[in-house]
Amino acid sequence: MFYFIARRSFFAVILLFVVSIFTFWIFSALPADPAALTCGKNCRPEVIEANRIRLGYDKPFIEQYGSYMKGIFVGRTYGEDESGVHCAAPSLGYSYDRHECVSSLVAKTLPVTASIAFGAFVLWMVFGIALGTLAALRRGKWPDHFATVFSVIGISFPSFFLGLLSVLFFVIWTKILPFPNYVGITENPFEWFTALILPWSVLALLSASTYIRLTRNGILEVMNEEFVRLGIAKGLPRKKLIVKYVLRAALTPIATIAGIDLAFLLGGAIVTESVFNLPGLGKLTIAAVVNSDLPILVATTLISALFIVVANAFVDIMYGFLDPRVRTK
Amino acid sequence: MNTPLLSVRDLHVNFGTSEGDVQAVRGVSFDIDRGETLAIVGESGSGKSVTASAIMRLNFGADIRVSGSALFEGKDILSMGEEEVRKMRGSDVAMIFQDPLTALNPFYTVGNQISEAYTIHHPGTSKKELRALALDAIEKVGIPEPVKRIKQYPHEFSGGMRQRIVIAMALINQPKLLIADEPTTALDVTVQAQILELIGVMQEENGTAVILITHDLGVVAEVTERVLVMYAGRLVEKASVIDAFASPTHPYTRGLLNSVKSLDSDRHSRLEPIPGIPPSLIDLPTGCPFHSRCRYAASLNGRCSTEVPELKAVGNSWSACHLPVDLLAAPIKESL
Amino acid sequence: MSDDLILQAFDLKKHFPTGASKLLQRPTQVVQAVDGVSLSLRRGTTLAIVGESGCGKSTLARLLARLIEPTSGSVVLNGVNISTASSKELLKMRREIQVVFQDPYACLNPRHSIGQSIGTPIRIQKTMSRSEERHRVFELMELVGLSHEHYNRFPHEFSGGQRQRAGIARALALQPKVIVADEPVSALDVSIQAQILNLLEKLQSDLGLSYVFIAHDLSVVRHIADEVAVMYLGKIVEIGSPDAVYGAPAHPYTKALMSAVPVPNPQAGAKRKRIILTGDVPSPVNPPSGCRFRTRCAKVQDICAVDEPLLIDRGQGHPVACHFPD
Repeated sequence: MFYFIARRSFFAVILLFVVSIFTFWIFSALPADPAALTCGKNCRPEVIEANRIRLGYDKPFIEQYGSYMKGIFVGRTYGEDESGVHCAAPSLGYSYDRHECVSSLVAKTLPVTASIAFGAFVLWMVFGIALGTLAALRRGKWPDHFATVFSVIGISFPSFFLGLLSVLFFVIWTKILPFPNYVGITENPFEWFTALILPWSVLALLSASTYIRLTRNGILEVMNEEFVRLGIAKGLPRKKLIVKYVLRAALTPIATIAGIDLAFLLGGAIVTESVFNLPGLGKLTIAAVVNSDLPILVATTLISALFIVVANAFVDIMYGFLDPRVRTK
Repeated sequence: MNTPLLSVRDLHVNFGTSEGDVQAVRGVSFDIDRGETLAIVGESGSGKSVTASAIMRLNFGADIRVSGSALFEGKDILSMGEEEVRKMRGSDVAMIFQDPLTALNPFYTVGNQISEAYTIHHPGTSKKELRALALDAIEKVGIPEPVKRIKQYPHEFSGGMRQRIVIAMALINQPKLLIADEPTTALDVTVQAQILELIGVMQEENGTAVILITHDLGVVAEVTERVLVMYAGRLVEKASVIDAFASPTHPYTRGLLNSVKSLDSDRHSRLEPIPGIPPSLIDLPTGCPFHSRCRYAASLNGRCSTEVPELKAVGNSWSACHLPVDLLAAPIKESL
Repeated sequence: MSDDLILQAFDLKKHFPTGASKLLQRPTQVVQAVDGVSLSLRRGTTLAIVGESGCGKSTLARLLARLIEPTSGSVVLNGVNISTASSKELLKMRREIQVVFQDPYACLNPRHSIGQSIGTPIRIQKTMSRSEERHRVFELMELVGLSHEHYNRFPHEFSGGQRQRAGIARALALQPKVIVADEPVSALDVSIQAQILNLLEKLQSDLGLSYVFIAHDLSVVRHIADEVAVMYLGKIVEIGSPDAVYGAPAHPYTKALMSAVPVPNPQAGAKRKRIILTGDVPSPVNPPSGCRFRTRCAKVQDICAVDEPLLIDRGQGHPVACHFPD
């Protein structure tokens, strides 16, 4: 098992390295001149050239990549003179557009996205698995039909539509909720909660529909397994059979998919954050796209990749703990 | 008192499928005594496994209808409440399945699953006692190094070993009846020999009655006393094993025996297969289910295709065939 | 003399690497699926290879039909070494040797009609026009007992026996001289098995085919084989005529195997003495030294762990790989 974890982690690091090089290369290969983007339309060539040197865009690609990576671990100072800007480790670049270190932008936005992602995750897992289990156990009866209808709605409605609809209903018409205005959980937990309840629900509704189907089909499949029949033949009480035999087997593969989905969401729920006006990573990314703010885009891409690679490794290792067949191979 | 341990009467099982109603079992009746070994033989689709599951009330699903009765020690299993059936399963009546590779729960250790089989029916047993029981059970079925083995997971065992574990589990509560559904079909012959011997030994020790479901006539001949032959959901012959093999009465049983290539038979002697294929269970022929493949059907002027033959006594056996008794009882060589 | 031999194998070995991933260059383990098998098939006869799961019989079948490449050793078909053949030569060789598989359902394309499937080898070899092909397929279907109306039906509409007939028809499409049949009747019901075995025998006498017949069911084999080879852990332990191997088995493993087969005769069964082997087959990754059967053998001596017994005639009239044969 230890060897398995070590090997899996080693591969994750290698993969991250490859992904980071690739990301960096894509952005440097863009036709846009990153230095020209650092100042407005009527920029003097001298300023552009000065900025190019300050930001290191004059160096060869490998050297740029090297200093970026080094910056992540030890921090980085842009420019040599007193006007130089220092970004402390982990430095992820400097946004000229916003005159701010990318790392501090990320530090502000990541907690927002994390709040959205984890809340939605908990909600959809609980809801999806509960409803999926119910649908499988009452197959062909009304809980099953309800779950089917629910899934279809969740899958066919786009998130912006559901988002706007919920704002319209809960905030504007019925005024049950105040207009979402994000504050940190440490500042005012109640306001934090009221701001997030709608985005959580919308995201959860969308993903829950997938998990309802995964759970339902997984359970129905496991119910046909010979070992479940043997469990019944042994005289296991139904509740114990469902929990110890059916759910254990049906949910193990689902847990792994869930890990990846969560990681994906941590990279920023772009549409949802925009609809609910939440200052998260997704919104930061969108703004960066609009303003051609390359350093931010490089950073958010790398962060998303980091989450996904780490989640993949984590899920694989988890699988080893959950399924003895993987563990002792 | 001479009441049988289990007495099945007029058992019917139907499955509704998208293609139509599958009549898997149609009017099967038989008895089994305490400590007896009874074989149910038939090919795929004959209804032998469905019969076995019906006794355990294991066939479920939206569209399954079971009728008839199965009296176990005088109580009808088919009309018992859920909880009563549950208490019967694994304690009075235990079951072994065909594929030992998939029959064990892959997520729990073998020891856990064996002691679970006991604790379901004996709640409150101490951990220490359970461990001792599991060790004892696993040792009895001939698995070496029990202390090490009970901590392992099913995938760490070979197919034969897993079947031993399933047997250990089935017998831990000393059931009165063991239903073995093709217990050795998935195993190699040398392993099959091991498992059959084990079942025999365990049966003698506990006085358990065994219903052995199989398609292998060799296995039937070696281990059982009485045999039921099924074809397309019906019982076509009921006999002692000696009679069934020495003087089979039903044309299907005869055909089946002729199809079997015995180790004692000559090389390159021509086999005598049964022509044609078994009927579809959705679109069953009228009359005798075997008539389309039967060489005698023509001689009975269409009776076989219109009238369902009932089981009738032929010597010591029972046979569901319209042929006259003297023809059915005639030695194989003359009638073929 | 050797003209009479249509297929020969010399010291065939197939080792599959297994274990840790190749990326990290960890020392890999090797499954010795087939480890030094030599045999020969006489024209117009049937060589049966029997053994239990994991003995390497299916791998051997694949090697003989050149579906996989041997690790070492060679296969000679009709005087031509096919183990080193180029892909062009292989295509030609496929006309001479064909395979029938255990599960015909798995190897008939579900989207092709039976007629199309049977004609596939002809289309691959490009030896006939479309109408000639159709004509030939009808001929083949008649040969294996399928009627013309089956031509446009799909595999799922067929019973197991009919599918196996189609599988045989396809194997015969190119008029091969050798058929390698890998458990051709194991998936079928008893009454259908006999139909297929009779068909195979009839085709052999009508077309002069030679068979390599792989099976785990020993009773099936006795009926069809002219020579029987018994395999254990990648090696042949005994080879001879069915009468010799079944009637007077000399290798302890063969004896145990034969005695384990249930006899459909209740009176004989009780009298027979059964040898029950203990334990499981050892792993082919790390087979026992010397004789591979020694860990389960009742007659084991010190020499068995040191000296591997060769497959030679030790006075039994047929080759046995045992230091102490009966």
